[in-house]
Amino acid sequence: MELDPLLLSRIQFAFVVSFHAIFPVFTIGLAAYIAVLEALYYRTDNPVWEKLSKFWTKVFALAFGMGVVSGIVMAFQFGTNWSTFSYASANFMGPILSYEVVTAFFLEATFLGVLLFGRDKVPKGAHLFSACMVALGTFISSFWILSANSWMQTPGGIELTDGIIEITSWTQAIFNSSLPYRFAHMALASFITGGFVVAGVSAWYLLKGRNPETSRKALKMSIVMLAIATPLQLVVGDMHGLNTFEEQPIKVAAMEGHWETQEGAPLILFAIPDSRNETNHLEIAIPKLGSLILTHSLDGEVTGLTSVPAEDRPPVGIVFWSFRIMVGIGLIFIVISLASAWQLWRGRLEDSPRLLKALTWMIPLPFVAVLAGWFVTEVGRQPWLIQDMMRLSEGITPSITGGMVLVTLIGYIAVYAVVFAAGLYYLRRVILAGPDPVEAASADESARPKRPWSAVSSGLEDEAAKARS
Amino acid sequence: MELIDLTLIWIVIIGIGVFMYVLMDGFDLGVGILFPFAPDDRARDEMMQSVAPVWDGNETWLILGGAGLLAAFPMVYAVFLPALYIGVFLLLAGLIFRGVAFEFRFKSGSESRHWWDRSFFGGSTVAAFAQGAVAGAYIQGFEVEGFSYVGGPLDWLTPFTLMTGLGVVAGYALLGITWTILKTEGSTRDWAYRIAPKLLAAVMAFFVIVSIWTPLASEHVRERWFDHVTALWIFPLLTVLTAAWIFNKLRKRSDAVPFIGSMTLFALFYIGLLISMWPYAVPPEHTFWDAASDPGSQLFLLLGVLFLIPIILGYTAWTYWVFRGKVKAGEGYAGH
Repeated sequence: MELDPLLLSRIQFAFVVSFHAIFPVFTIGLAAYIAVLEALYYRTDNPVWEKLSKFWTKVFALAFGMGVVSGIVMAFQFGTNWSTFSYASANFMGPILSYEVVTAFFLEATFLGVLLFGRDKVPKGAHLFSACMVALGTFISSFWILSANSWMQTPGGIELTDGIIEITSWTQAIFNSSLPYRFAHMALASFITGGFVVAGVSAWYLLKGRNPETSRKALKMSIVMLAIATPLQLVVGDMHGLNTFEEQPIKVAAMEGHWETQEGAPLILFAIPDSRNETNHLEIAIPKLGSLILTHSLDGEVTGLTSVPAEDRPPVGIVFWSFRIMVGIGLIFIVISLASAWQLWRGRLEDSPRLLKALTWMIPLPFVAVLAGWFVTEVGRQPWLIQDMMRLSEGITPSITGGMVLVTLIGYIAVYAVVFAAGLYYLRRVILAGPDPVEAASADESARPKRPWSAVSSGLEDEAAKARS
Repeated sequence: MELIDLTLIWIVIIGIGVFMYVLMDGFDLGVGILFPFAPDDRARDEMMQSVAPVWDGNETWLILGGAGLLAAFPMVYAVFLPALYIGVFLLLAGLIFRGVAFEFRFKSGSESRHWWDRSFFGGSTVAAFAQGAVAGAYIQGFEVEGFSYVGGPLDWLTPFTLMTGLGVVAGYALLGITWTILKTEGSTRDWAYRIAPKLLAAVMAFFVIVSIWTPLASEHVRERWFDHVTALWIFPLLTVLTAAWIFNKLRKRSDAVPFIGSMTLFALFYIGLLISMWPYAVPPEHTFWDAASDPGSQLFLLLGVLFLIPIILGYTAWTYWVFRGKVKAGEGYAGH
């Protein structure tokens, strides 16, 4: 059997980038939350904020570590498997990715050291500053990488001469037409992801009657944020969709399951798209609503997949269903967030065990939604690597063989399986251990050495040190 | 004709960036390579704590190297990575295992900690070896047509690159052991003083072997060394003098000089390599100027980099200053 290096490279890229994506989307939101906690602690001196910050910093460190190591892979994946694309697009991609390194990666990596290990070595203000720099770094990083991705979706400010891309306008290239929407959509997704993890873990503690003081505060903060962010995401997502409708109508046709170009297109709720026969099976649809959403008119024209030749269409099923998964989860989020906010406003959130339980179940969902969203936009761009300019088959490394890609694909799967399993295991341990109790450092359940945060506990540390040596 | 040669400026910037990476990640990879040889768990704790706050920033220089090459010398990026496909995978797998070992080891109990000790050691060693092999492959040269690599997947793996790979493992271990001398005290430092001279001897042995082998592996280097730049012969002399200086200071139990001396050794190797290979970016045929990107792109990035690199160096120096002095067991990871 002949191994197809193109297909295997696509699988490899999808795998390593999906694995990587779940960490930054979480750490961007969490870094901002930690910075807020540090700021509150700086202003109020209330130890509750310090406990919360220390606890979530532990979680952050684990997730960030996995994000960093899987991110290094991404920096080289372009060159190993897609060297023709890299060479052709280097005039744009090179400076953009380099700017990400010098404006963001150094910032977050360097100040992370002080955030994690420097609490007792630097003044409080410098520690807060480090937390802010880590948060800022994660945020700036997402700007650059989304600029690069958006440019592949909606290229601007360039011209293609002899297979090499040259820049005609940096502003148009960086701030290409889909960037504002994609950036806003992704930034909100990060806050929502961080918010649901914090809310879910806090709700779980409250259900167990553990760490009530810290958990109550954390839950309240995250619910207020989520009640604003989740409905806003619906609006931003819609705007993003309209931009895609304008720039990449075939992607939207795949998202919506529209085969024929039609006026007054329906909104298809459920269907099994069939690419071979260019039709949907078991379709459930609301007439005219598709046109209303996309064109803001009941009889607006909506482009269908068959308007382009079959080799220019993306795989419809993946795009169609990923889109429904993302939107479905988004709608669940809005309901849960608003219900929780309502109960919080009435002062009854803690007495609503079913809602608290629901919040705990939400923890994995934002990750699923984010991956589904990326599947929509990335698979929806197929067969293009750079929309309407370069096909995937034109971007692959010429010297690559199917066997090489298969070996490294298996290698990455094996390595990531070990890392992911261990990471989840340690995350679970950190969460089971929970934040330090607020009252005093009276019980150190983990028997690991704790840094003296006050004179009271310094004796404990000596004992722990003695016990270990 | 450009008024300023942007390509030359970028050679200097990438050259410095790669060297920063070699020095900084060199010592923390070295600490990983030495891990199983440490006398006890306390020494391992101290060694890991000494690099835990800074390794992430150190490794960022590698990403800058990758992204910077794509920006300034895309041909290097588009030839080296496919040519070193399997080697790059080993490098990345190594960096993954050692990177996660920091967090996982801190959070593991005594029952699973030894797994992360192994992960830290194995990952660091493989990553160091892969980097040395990359340097060797650069000397060997690449089979290129147009701007694409056309050789086989394992062309890079030869006895010569095996030797340069092992040489870098030994070199990083030397940086790691002299860093350990600088950052620890008591029994850990006593152990480091015992090991360091042996590692120095090993590094010098690799230096001699690789130096003899290099002109045999590369026609270009042969011509350069023997026909053109005879001033190059000052490098072996300086290397021997530096090694003697380190050896002497190790005997006198100096804290900082062995580390500074080891960095000087690396600087000599590095400059010597660059001068020998100059002006080839993708040997045997393509120079840095052939491999360069569009001047507009080089300029666009240069403006930002000239402004940002000093800031990065500034806050990096600040964190090293925050974590200055000797580490103490149990101090580092307690807070998180």
